[in-house]
Amino acid sequence: MKNVWTITVRELKALFVSPIAYVVSAMFLVAMGYLFAAILANTREASMRATFNNMIFVLLIMAPALTMKLLAEEQRMGTIELLLTSPVHDWQVVLGKFLGGLILYTVMFLGPTLYYVLILQVFGPPDYGPVLTGYLGLLLLGAAYLAIGVFASSLTQNQVIAFFVALVILLLLWIADAASVVFGVGAVSDVMTYIALPRHFNDLFRGVIDTTDIVYALSVVAVSLFGATQVLQTRRWR
Amino acid sequence: MPDVTANGAATIQVQNLVKSYGNYEALRDVSFQVQKGEILGFLGPNGAGKTTTMRILTGYMPPSSGTARIAGYDVFYDSMEARKRIGYLPETVPLYTEMTVWDYLDFVARLRDVPNRDAAIEHVMEMTNIGERADTLIGKLSKGFRQRVGIAQALVHNPDVLIMDEPTIGLDPKQIIEIRNLIKSLAGNHTVILSTHILPEVSQTCTRVLIINQGKIVAEDTPARLSARLTGAAHIHVQVATPAANIPSELEKIQGVLGVRVADADAGIYEVETNQGSDKRADLAAMVVQRGWGLLELRPVSLSLEEVFLKLTTTEEVTR
Repeated sequence: MKNVWTITVRELKALFVSPIAYVVSAMFLVAMGYLFAAILANTREASMRATFNNMIFVLLIMAPALTMKLLAEEQRMGTIELLLTSPVHDWQVVLGKFLGGLILYTVMFLGPTLYYVLILQVFGPPDYGPVLTGYLGLLLLGAAYLAIGVFASSLTQNQVIAFFVALVILLLLWIADAASVVFGVGAVSDVMTYIALPRHFNDLFRGVIDTTDIVYALSVVAVSLFGATQVLQTRRWR
Repeated sequence: MPDVTANGAATIQVQNLVKSYGNYEALRDVSFQVQKGEILGFLGPNGAGKTTTMRILTGYMPPSSGTARIAGYDVFYDSMEARKRIGYLPETVPLYTEMTVWDYLDFVARLRDVPNRDAAIEHVMEMTNIGERADTLIGKLSKGFRQRVGIAQALVHNPDVLIMDEPTIGLDPKQIIEIRNLIKSLAGNHTVILSTHILPEVSQTCTRVLIINQGKIVAEDTPARLSARLTGAAHIHVQVATPAANIPSELEKIQGVLGVRVADADAGIYEVETNQGSDKRADLAAMVVQRGWGLLELRPVSLSLEEVFLKLTTTEEVTR
């Protein structure tokens, strides 16, 4: 675990000195600030639900930008050779990178949006139950997005390719249930409905904690990180 | 797996290593051993399989078949134990340009679980002469400094085995000498493998050379013996006091002399090629003295390592 943390800390330092994190975070907050203001002006409702629903869509584009460099850059610069010849397991490298991204996401993306809650508090206290579960949902969803991004980043040494691969995987997961109709009623259709992203977070944003949603998010994370580890391992054989 | 270096076995044991990419065989049955404290030079043209061998030894990629052991640990099955004992400088120095030299070495030392990190980092920075750049961003360093940071990184955990892929590439002559001296000072305590395609490097730094070409070891010996083995007394350098035009043709009359090359007509220097194994020095001396040319010098010439290298690595091209 110490190795994972060493890699996470290095990653965080690197992310905080590179402009990408700041730019992406700033753009995210600009977009979200606008949406929050617009929603508030239109609904006049002391609730974060609509904002959360918009946030998960904006993050669809922002998360890949955050993760695209994690493994791709290591491969391009040759530093991956240092990591893979150190007494560190491949999965520790992947997990360390992922945690770096997740911490950055929590601090630079989720953290600043708390002031929306503060604003609501001033004008009319919101129901804090759904706000708390909403943030839990955003944390889980962010973890799933970022893990997919890490997987995409393991595939290539080109950050742009990593970005678009992650974006397309996320889009497909986003709309998976829409296409389920094509397969009629049956197992395939059920699976496609289950893997669709947005439906798993509606409950959390409404204040309902459903373990299937939590299991879903953690499964996406596990499968993606496992995939990234396998990609790194097969890279050794090429 | 026990550490077997104590009872005399080699620190690095490589047996029948094969690495193929599809139909292409990058390594074809490579075997060698390195004893503790040796500096082994890997010599070969680009694409000979030097980097591939090193990557297998460091656990970066597995071999297609064959085994490699570092201090008794199999690099594939006991990879973590083997890796702990290796310091590795890859061909592309693996540096994070946005980190300072100190932070970078601290990161590597943490990954390597080095006790007493600060002291260890200071020690390697002193060894590699980068002490005054501790707080400089690596991205701002010159090529020479980056190379030295790469070497410092490979040494920070005081490894038993040091593997360096082209350690002096891209350095200026003064830096090259510094790095070579550093490598030489490591012998004894560390076992070193370095690769190069620069020949003088091998004769100056290494205690043993391994010439590798097209994935196979074509020769293995000490730099001095390697030159000698291939040449024997086949070439003889002769210098006379009174040069004359007919000297080459006269010398060629001696039985066993294959040819005479005029190396410097004014100074009277000739290069005599004779049959391998037959020493013609006495006959040559006798003729020069008899004809009154005035013998100034007569000695066997061993080919420079450079020529040996060319000879060994080009034979296949010729016979093909």
